[in-house]
Amino acid sequence: MARSISLNVNGKTAQVQVDDPQMPLLYALRDELGLHGPRFGCGLGQCGACTVIIDGKTVRSCIAPISEVGDKAITTLEGLGTPERPHPVQQAFIDEQAVQCGYCINGMVMEAKAFLDANPDPSEDQIKEALADNLCRCGTHIRIVRAVQRAARQTRRA
Amino acid sequence: MLQHQISRRAVLKSGGALVVGFTLGGSLSAVLPRTAAAGTAGVDKALVDSWLEIAADGSATVYTGKVELGTGVRTALAQMAAEEIGVPFDKVTLVQGDTDTTPDQGGTWGSLSVEVAGMEIRQAAATARAALVTRAAERLGVSADELEAVDGVIRVKDEPGKQVSIASLVGGERFEIPVDPKAQAKDPKSHTIVGQSIPRVDIPDKATGAYTYMQDVRVPDMLHGRVVRPPALKAELLDVDESSVAGIPGIVKVVREKNFLGVVARNEWAAIRGARALKARWSEWAGLPEQDKLYEHVRSSEIAEDLVMGEAGDPKTAIKGATKVLSATYTFAPHTHGSIGPSCAIAQFADGRLTVHSASQAPHFLRKQIADAMGMTPEQVRIVNHEGSGCYGRNGHEDASLDAAIMARAVGQPVRVQWTREDEHGWDPKGPPTLVDLRAGVDSRGHVIAWDSEFWEPTARGGLPHLIGAELAGRLESTSQHPGNVQHNANPPYGFANLRSVVHRLQETPLRPSWIRSPGRMQNTYANEAFMDELAANAGEDPVNYRLRYLTDPRGIAVLMAAVRKAGWATRPSPDPRQDGNSVARGRGVTYIKYENVRTYVAGVAEVEVDRNTGEIRVPRIVVAHDCGQIINPDGVLNQIEGQIVQTVSRTLMEQVTFDRSRVTSLDWNSYPILRFPQVPRVEVELINRPEEVPWGVGEPAACVVPSAIANAVFDATGVRLRDVPFRPDYVKSMLEQQA
Repeated sequence: MARSISLNVNGKTAQVQVDDPQMPLLYALRDELGLHGPRFGCGLGQCGACTVIIDGKTVRSCIAPISEVGDKAITTLEGLGTPERPHPVQQAFIDEQAVQCGYCINGMVMEAKAFLDANPDPSEDQIKEALADNLCRCGTHIRIVRAVQRAARQTRRA
Repeated sequence: MLQHQISRRAVLKSGGALVVGFTLGGSLSAVLPRTAAAGTAGVDKALVDSWLEIAADGSATVYTGKVELGTGVRTALAQMAAEEIGVPFDKVTLVQGDTDTTPDQGGTWGSLSVEVAGMEIRQAAATARAALVTRAAERLGVSADELEAVDGVIRVKDEPGKQVSIASLVGGERFEIPVDPKAQAKDPKSHTIVGQSIPRVDIPDKATGAYTYMQDVRVPDMLHGRVVRPPALKAELLDVDESSVAGIPGIVKVVREKNFLGVVARNEWAAIRGARALKARWSEWAGLPEQDKLYEHVRSSEIAEDLVMGEAGDPKTAIKGATKVLSATYTFAPHTHGSIGPSCAIAQFADGRLTVHSASQAPHFLRKQIADAMGMTPEQVRIVNHEGSGCYGRNGHEDASLDAAIMARAVGQPVRVQWTREDEHGWDPKGPPTLVDLRAGVDSRGHVIAWDSEFWEPTARGGLPHLIGAELAGRLESTSQHPGNVQHNANPPYGFANLRSVVHRLQETPLRPSWIRSPGRMQNTYANEAFMDELAANAGEDPVNYRLRYLTDPRGIAVLMAAVRKAGWATRPSPDPRQDGNSVARGRGVTYIKYENVRTYVAGVAEVEVDRNTGEIRVPRIVVAHDCGQIINPDGVLNQIEGQIVQTVSRTLMEQVTFDRSRVTSLDWNSYPILRFPQVPRVEVELINRPEEVPWGVGEPAACVVPSAIANAVFDATGVRLRDVPFRPDYVKSMLEQQA
């Protein structure tokens, strides 16, 4: 029956009650912890809308069983910044107006953040490759690439 | 802000207002009917107070039935309202798509939000401003024509220090006047907010996870529902084995109503597990046509009516005098909307009313559909819109809304229904398959003597697309069908002396249809503009010059010339005579549209690279020139154009709904692939702004230029004519092989 699992989300420890250890992390983040950043898109690990960063790497939380997360540090979109104090990657998306509906933007920001941490000076083609498994239906790709380039420039400058 | 509005409305409606309370996301809010004519019966569009309120602090709230679909219309409409009232942009808040409090402005479709709804808001705001100016004139002791409304004050134009604040003139009180259709809007020369690239108000929250999409809305005591889909579109449910989910903790109820089957659970994962595990027996059904014979099926479908969209001279007789007759058949595959977030809704019953939280693009229409399906009156139903994932036409949100209502009634508690990816790909209504026959007679120079075209496209009957849950639950007297007004742009935008364009509106189409950006206009323009290219090639003439022979509209000519100039178009016939036999062939193609033959003008030039070995098409660059009249927000327009170009490159190169005889089989992103970052073209846009003209729609017209611009570019590169969307590598390769 239900058991309590401890998660480390955005620097805080949170307890969630879980009936099934195979439940994907996404549902705990959204339904138990009330987070809006990670989004349900496909439940298949195909689109990237649910992306979170765990120990520096992007993870598709819609297919990551909660029991396998353990005490690893989970970062969601909310953990990067706020509307008042956005993370530089988030700020770059705002500056470039790189959003239409914005449903995929969680995945784009999280993927870009993890990518830029490892590749601070990427080429345009490298950015496109890094985001190749994140789907956008509104066709915001051009602005998203510009936002990642802007974030890279500003981070290098800082 | 919200709290403030509500308390003000409570004061306004002090005489026996019905309080409809609900809680949302943990914060309590209460909403009251706003005006004498508002509330459960809807909002009276004839009254200024139905459109806007100005609070005691000078901030304005604008009410619109149009909803945010990701296009930025919330920002654009707020700009129009702020400009016209004369208050700062950041003092305007929009309330959108709540059937109890916002006017019914039709669905958010047809690229009409700014063009129609924005103009309705502008008219109400101009009326309000005129009333404010009259009051200010009395207060200041000057005549009204000496005054201007700007930045929250009414002031004397020649003596700006002499002013009175708008807040002090009306703040907190109602206008109590009808909208004056003759109220003069501001002179565009005086605009300071309209025409500016004001950053979108929703983006900071969306980029940081602070935004509440429909999928994030929660209400107290809410349960989670999932629908269990039949294995075939019209299968009958024979038996359900409820014991198959008995071992799953959290299951509340298996909901069954005729062929509607759902699982309700205390938490989302339990609902998902239950829906997967539930054993049910269904009858067999295999009524879909064979996909390989789809267009034979379309051609032989029963015709409900013929619409003559263009008629001039006598093409049947004239074509007999032609030196040569060219003919071609074009097809365009069925497509799915493919919103990244599947549809979602919450339904709750309280005090004899049903409230549905929904991302529907058409809350006021949905209200009637839900009422019909639930056996309620429209007054007993309230739809509250929350933005969902990008909406490019009628997707699954309306269906999910009824799914939630059926399950909420069955369990007596609020139910949230989140469609799965498979639900969305498999059960949202589709852009229907389209078939077009074109025939033209030309003279010895290759000039058009007669143009004759026929289109096979589904008809509309019985209103909007019916709700799938109503069909499954047996709550429909008859199904309805609406593919959008697909007949538009069947008529080519050229002055041919002898012409006939007939749209055969078909009684049926294999999959439940709806509109997808941009229904019919895209398919029809694709056929017309690719065939125009065939005629130009036959004449041995440059494709732009050939179009200019028949194009007389000055704004059309301006947009076409702007596009080719920006693209660096080399004047010469296609195919490119310089093709060198390299494995990668390069070409360019052009397309022109006057949207629905009456509004927004777009011309596009696509550049392509065709890999002769693999058949793969790459589109490195698309150039667009665009004239939508008065531009409200230039960056917003750019964002929309870029988006629809990229989306339509995806649809043109890759997309096709697949099905077997029983159901849709393209149920995820592997079986229905869309464009990825490495394949995205560079998009260059020239905006032609005409501030003195009325603003026209932006959300769809540019999409229409893409398929034929690409097809024409492939012809330029290779001499091969692609007449069947999508242009997947296997198809292109086979066409190249046929040519060789």
